[in-house]
Amino acid sequence: MTTKRQKADVVIVGLGWSGALMAEELTRAGLNVVAIDRGAWTDTSTHTPPSVDPDELRWSQRKELLSPPRDNTATFRNTLDQTAIPTRNWGVFELGGGVGGAGFHWAGMGWRFSPWDFEVRKQTIERYGLAKAEDGELQLQDWGVTYDELEPFYDRWERIAGVSGRAGVIKGEKTGVGNPFEGSRSRDYPTPALKTLRAMELFNDATNRMGLNPFTIPTANLSEPYVNPLGVSMGACSYCGFCLYFGCGNFSKSSPQACIFPVLMRRPNFTVLTKSCVTRLTKANDGKTVTGAVYVDEQGNEVEQPADIVILTAFMMDNTRILLHSGISKPYDPRDQTGVVGRNFTFQTVSGTDMWFEDDNINPFIGAGALGSQIDDYNGDNFDHSDLDFIGGAGILTLSRDGLPIAKANALPPGTQRWGSEFKKSYAKYYRNYATIFNQGCSMPTKTGYMDLDPNFKDKFGVPLLRLTYDYAQSDRNMAKFTMDRSLEIAREMGASHVNGFNFADKPFTTAIVASDHVIGGVPMGADRPTSAVNPYLQSWDCHNLFVVGASAFPTNAGYNPTGTVGALAIRTARAIADTYVKNPGALVEG
Amino acid sequence: MNRRGALFSLGAMAAAAATPVRALEMKGYPTDMSMDPAFLPRPAIHGGSFQVLTADIDRRTVTAVFDRLIPADDLGASASEAGCVEFLDMQLAGPFGEGASLYRKGPKLPNEDELAQTPQFIETPRERYATGLAALEAFAQKTEGASFADLPEPRQDAILKGMEDGTVDLGPDVNTKAFFELMLINVREGYFSDPIYGGNKDMVGWKMIGFPGARYDYRLYADRTGEDLGLEPVSLIPRD
Amino acid sequence: MANWKAIGGSVAVVAAVAAAGAGWWAYDTLETSRSDVADDRVTLADFKADPEAVARGEYVMRTGDCAACHTKGMGDFAGGYEIATPFGVLVSSNITPDATGIGAMTERDFFNALRQGIGQHGLLYPAMPYTAYKNLTDGDMHDLWAYMSTVPPVRNDIDETAGMRFPFNIRLAMAGWDMLFFENTGFDGDPVADRGRYIVDGGGHCSACHSPRNLLSAEVSSKYLQGGSLGTSYAPEITSNEYLGVGGQSVESIAQYLRTGTDGVAVAAGPMAEAVEHSLQYLSDEDLTAMATYLKSVPGSDAVAPPPLAADSLKQGALEYEISCSACHGPRGEGMGLLAPAFAGNAAMLAPDITNLSHALMVGGRASSTHENPTGAGMPSFAWKYTDAQMAEILDYVRNSWGNAAPPVKVEDIAKMRADSGARDKLSIPQ
Repeated sequence: MTTKRQKADVVIVGLGWSGALMAEELTRAGLNVVAIDRGAWTDTSTHTPPSVDPDELRWSQRKELLSPPRDNTATFRNTLDQTAIPTRNWGVFELGGGVGGAGFHWAGMGWRFSPWDFEVRKQTIERYGLAKAEDGELQLQDWGVTYDELEPFYDRWERIAGVSGRAGVIKGEKTGVGNPFEGSRSRDYPTPALKTLRAMELFNDATNRMGLNPFTIPTANLSEPYVNPLGVSMGACSYCGFCLYFGCGNFSKSSPQACIFPVLMRRPNFTVLTKSCVTRLTKANDGKTVTGAVYVDEQGNEVEQPADIVILTAFMMDNTRILLHSGISKPYDPRDQTGVVGRNFTFQTVSGTDMWFEDDNINPFIGAGALGSQIDDYNGDNFDHSDLDFIGGAGILTLSRDGLPIAKANALPPGTQRWGSEFKKSYAKYYRNYATIFNQGCSMPTKTGYMDLDPNFKDKFGVPLLRLTYDYAQSDRNMAKFTMDRSLEIAREMGASHVNGFNFADKPFTTAIVASDHVIGGVPMGADRPTSAVNPYLQSWDCHNLFVVGASAFPTNAGYNPTGTVGALAIRTARAIADTYVKNPGALVEG
Repeated sequence: MNRRGALFSLGAMAAAAATPVRALEMKGYPTDMSMDPAFLPRPAIHGGSFQVLTADIDRRTVTAVFDRLIPADDLGASASEAGCVEFLDMQLAGPFGEGASLYRKGPKLPNEDELAQTPQFIETPRERYATGLAALEAFAQKTEGASFADLPEPRQDAILKGMEDGTVDLGPDVNTKAFFELMLINVREGYFSDPIYGGNKDMVGWKMIGFPGARYDYRLYADRTGEDLGLEPVSLIPRD
Repeated sequence: MANWKAIGGSVAVVAAVAAAGAGWWAYDTLETSRSDVADDRVTLADFKADPEAVARGEYVMRTGDCAACHTKGMGDFAGGYEIATPFGVLVSSNITPDATGIGAMTERDFFNALRQGIGQHGLLYPAMPYTAYKNLTDGDMHDLWAYMSTVPPVRNDIDETAGMRFPFNIRLAMAGWDMLFFENTGFDGDPVADRGRYIVDGGGHCSACHSPRNLLSAEVSSKYLQGGSLGTSYAPEITSNEYLGVGGQSVESIAQYLRTGTDGVAVAAGPMAEAVEHSLQYLSDEDLTAMATYLKSVPGSDAVAPPPLAADSLKQGALEYEISCSACHGPRGEGMGLLAPAFAGNAAMLAPDITNLSHALMVGGRASSTHENPTGAGMPSFAWKYTDAQMAEILDYVRNSWGNAAPPVKVEDIAKMRADSGARDKLSIPQ
């Protein structure tokens, strides 16, 4: 029997970046907010202090901060005629295991998307004609929000996270430093860029010689102590090299814990229920609203948390699955491309080049999760695609992230024996002389790339797993090949003695091998009701008191990491709720 | 709190009084600063008695395999000298060996390995070792008439190479290539993980490649790009 | 104020002396004519307060930090805070205007209690800092009375001394202590012109913690504000002494510390964090500046920096510092913004009493959280990582680097902290 808690003004499902940002805004506006998270409480000094954090086996190999496939996984197939298989071991789904979500173990890439990324369809048609946008496979659609509309909220997120970087374009003027291709910013980053490390020096010198435009990636690994607009203090990155899959011991990697919890947790109108997993939402009889969220607590009891406003801020898979399992809005049907929930799954299309140098000292152990240099000359629509067989592009970057010795043991020049004395000799030589170029490519939705509920496999609560059907669009495959060739040119210019290009998109997509962990879509936003599940304020078209926030809302995916855009959208939605919705509950957009 | 007044009760809320529910409900910032016990480092001290590799033949096979994968040479100790066999035993005895993080619900579908592009398992690593080590020993007995551990090193290398490239097949119960990869990753884990887990004795693996270990601040070194910094490695927990 | 909670235990020892001493000497200390300015007819429960007086009174309450000791789970000021002493448990009283609280007190009763320790059930234990509150002016007392009348009454019947063992449960015994150590006079200066001293010695009762105490737990006036031990923590010297006190700090930085919990060098934690959170952050800049100015004028101890320990002896500590500490406290001991304290230029690190340092290493701690600086970052415990001797090496390093100099830390002091705090032993590792 389902027991019922006292009603809240707002229930938030999932207390990661999106949930924490929204809870902060909404509690500050005076609303009584209950957040429900399936993870346990996790924090800096009591869980991952500097003397616990630097442990590759535990956090990177065994991934103890993540939610394991046993508890959260999905099935996948490439085509509609296949039987989907469960993702049994670690793969592309790198969900957070504790409160704070993946925002606790992430690397800290502090990107904005480019203006083009929000209007891929419109701009492709305008510049290259309809045939380029509608090739029979792609299912392009715009976001219903533009970069310029989102800019103030990007700015706010960067201020909360304290992102370190150097602006390339401020108020329409190129600064002469930073990324000259970026969307215009209202002001510079809150903290200066991190140091330039050895791999970055080699990359910057080479790309400058090639007439390209290298810049330091904006990082949510902070270059100096910082106080954010909430009054929360953060530390300075110590280049320890334990970010991705790790916590941060010295408060310098932005996270809900480091940036928001110190104020949010102390607000009397905020409550968080931990170790409680939401499985479905309850709908009102009128069919136009939802009434709360039902969760299973640690003891296996099913409990309902009623609320006037329901906000899904879980991982994109879970946002999608909860809607499907609750029967909210029409599921997407790939045969006729109708329906909206599960629509437009996208990934990232990754290629790149591994490089080995002679007698250098890259010293990979000095690094930060997001630290690296990038060129955007081949990203988005920054280059002419008229004579190319694809749209979009990739951020081509080199990383100074980490020197984890178990993981790096695979990074040996091609042809080297992977064991025996030859392995030891090669690894002793190249551990400190290896670097990589990673092309983080955009991902365009296709008509058959979608998610629904799996007919065969269930989770521990008996709820069907999400089933993912996806393979790379041919346009993206062509893009990955193109950018791999660019990265090979750069690697050679950098002076590498051995280069080895790689391209994940020359094979079918799989969830079992990590090309990227940026899985996207399922509850797409848009101004066009038939092709989107939520409106430009991430409000459900069908239930006006339901908001579905996160990367589930991206209708297309860019050649950048998603967190900054997730943060900006969350803040924009929270402001719309606090400023407009609570005064007059109803649809914020006509559709 | 005027905005709260602007909200009206939406939809068909049940009028029944809310039932008090016990939950892990948190209000306020926790003040207890002790380490969460579940997050304390978990050093693994073997103590000599094996928990999973209890059979002498299994230990001999693992030792022989590991010492071909990471042999003793002028770059440092062998895997077994560095504690990797004990490391493996303790890993297989714990959550890793149990496959605690894996989604293991059956059935295993016939197309799983092909679609995933990497072998999938319902079996736990502990079970895979049990099956794999027995099959490897049987293979050696059948083809060489001797235990794998007693074969000359070149012959051991040849069998391992065959397992790696798929030319040796240990039989229908074992995905031979995958078993080779499992042993390879585990021996690397033992050789390059923190010594608190029982391998990497005297930080031999870290010294071999120049990894400074469980340090947490390189600000004093980060500007010295391209230099050999000569930093001594350190473990997560120092000796007394 | 909060710090008294730690002291409460030790003061009870004087009951033994006092039981013998209670006699006619009490005549002077129990003389209550100073309270005659207060009304003796209207009870707190019936008092109708002037809103302006209430507002001023709330400020007086903040300086005195009444809630710190008189609040525990039953509502603000409803009492119930348990003070464990070697002689039993003393429970703080309900001071709301309820019948189970002080609702039946008149203003004159209130004056007698606060300024002379004469309560409605007999003499108060000096865990209640009437030795400092005696300095409150009549005006501040009137305002505080007015404020207390507006506190919501809470029904919470408390027997303050039920947990005290005989003879320490005899309140009259306190007369002897008062006779020995309590001077029954008001503030001896101008509360306006000497505003800093008035707050420090009055409501703020800083010396309750920051002055050492004699064997009978009375403050040693000759060592006023030169540092005091509170058992599990140490309140450092806050005089003009430049080595251990605040003499080397600017008035602005002291005031910033009191207002926000940090001046970017030191960070308040433990009992001082409570003082900052509940009391000091509410004080005006003018008052905090006055307090800082006064503290910088207080004659200090004669402590001077010794020669620093030889660098050779600090090498192991330096390595451990780089591995475990510098990520937050800085490669050069410079700290980390407002989050983690600096060690360079932080006089509080150098005190001969290392209780705060060993406690932080063993148990961890949380910095204060204030409106202006809410973070309240955590210091993790290192009990599992280091032996007592290794902790001593680390402390010797930080106390003798970046211009610091302090005598060597005694390993047995750290061992004692490990035992007293119940911290775990260092984890065993493969050898």
